[in-house]
Amino acid sequence: MMLGWIKSMRQSRAFHPTWIVMSVLSIIGVAGVIAVPSLYASAKTPAPTSLRPKQVAAFQPLTRPSFTPPAASAIPSNEFGEAVLLGRNIFRNTQVYAKKYVGNGLNCVNCHLDDGRKTNAAPLWAAYVKYPAYREKNHKVNTYEERLAGCFRFSMNGTAPASDSKEMIGLVAYSFWLAQGAPTGVDLAGSGYPKLESPALTPDVTRGASVFAANCVICHGATGQGTKANGKYVFPPLWGKDSFNAGAGMTRVPTAAAFILANMPLGKGDSLTQQEAWDVAQYLNSHERPPDPRLK
Amino acid sequence: MRATARTFLVAALALGLALPSIGYANTKAGEALVKQGTIGGAPCMQCHGANGEGQAAAGYPRLAGQSKAYLMKQLQDFKSGQRHDPLMNVFAQALKEQQISDVAEYYASLPGWQPSKQAWSTLPTSPAPPTSLGLALVQQGNWDKGIPACFACHGEKGAGIFPFFPALAGQHKTYLLKQLTAWQSGARANDPQGLMKAVAQKMSPAEMTAVSTYLESLQ
Repeated sequence: MMLGWIKSMRQSRAFHPTWIVMSVLSIIGVAGVIAVPSLYASAKTPAPTSLRPKQVAAFQPLTRPSFTPPAASAIPSNEFGEAVLLGRNIFRNTQVYAKKYVGNGLNCVNCHLDDGRKTNAAPLWAAYVKYPAYREKNHKVNTYEERLAGCFRFSMNGTAPASDSKEMIGLVAYSFWLAQGAPTGVDLAGSGYPKLESPALTPDVTRGASVFAANCVICHGATGQGTKANGKYVFPPLWGKDSFNAGAGMTRVPTAAAFILANMPLGKGDSLTQQEAWDVAQYLNSHERPPDPRLK
Repeated sequence: MRATARTFLVAALALGLALPSIGYANTKAGEALVKQGTIGGAPCMQCHGANGEGQAAAGYPRLAGQSKAYLMKQLQDFKSGQRHDPLMNVFAQALKEQQISDVAEYYASLPGWQPSKQAWSTLPTSPAPPTSLGLALVQQGNWDKGIPACFACHGEKGAGIFPFFPALAGQHKTYLLKQLTAWQSGARANDPQGLMKAVAQKMSPAEMTAVSTYLESLQ
């Protein structure tokens, strides 16, 4: 068909093969006139290699601002300090200081290490400056208090203290105090849990069970039941009736995997491989736990 | 039918009486080993004291009230050479498996480190902020360096979370410091999952001294 068209064009003298050669040459020529001076110009510009990271950062902030919360010893000894201290105590030992709001065996500090201070363990100071915020979870703008209430309802499988209760005031005061001096509305370095890359292999319960047996059992028990001393959990239960319920953020495998990789085993964070973290997260969330209260 | 029930009752009663006495016999056998030694080994009490209190100056650990499972593992590791100590390697090799169990049971039965009955609920509502480096490390750790609190694994007041995490409260400073140093250098490496090694490697000499001093002061 193409050849037929060329043939007809040749017969009508409207086409000669030389034209193809000429047109290609002219395109190369025009392109050369445009490209060569620009290449020359860029070659002449001294390459500011030392400045390049900064230029990149200006467009795409790769480094999030870091923040250090005040030392616990700096809690003031006045009425405000009392509220802060109560918040700290609830956080560290929820089973005693906010017992009536908790429906399982956990303490806030189980997932928010170092009294909610540790980076990459969902620190309170980083969360505090991100609220109010819209949440997909309940399809509305949440205040910080409402966010804390969510923790009580799901992670603690209980009921939230009222806004004007000393417990809620204490938790907000403690968060506010930890975040003093931090910029608001900014994603601070170490907030939440560090996002993992997508797993190379689909997270697998069987592989996860091996990871669990090798790394988690001595503290969390062979059946994930945790370890008690004096009737209280020293190492938290990971599933079952005393653990977080099915509505908790930690039931999301990516969240659990991120927490585990950064923080577990305690004192040996970042010692598992990413794949091991994905697999063991899949394993621990393959077990039964209290139901999601929204589905009751 | 009635006869069967009676037989069963008698058997259950006999078993119930026998079981504790087996345990008692083991403890007594352990006590004999501790106080008189074996054919190939010196009596434990020569170094670890008449009441398992250890010797501070020599750095011999207190053993009274320590977890039986923990003590058994240490003796087995001394015997196999997984834990190194010129004296203990020799003594442990002289012990049979049953004797290891008996000795461990005897030391575990002595008063010393029974987990404190005082629960969190009896603590003051506003615990004072830690006043010393040692107290801060045992209660809070130093997360800037990734060091968890000692008590996070070794239990409230260092009472131990048996069987994997031994009691630390009241242990001799000399012994604790020697062990922390050994974990750090790798000279001791019989911890589960290398957990203690990971922690010790992050500790400064000042931090090691501070926790050892503080833990010794706890009773």
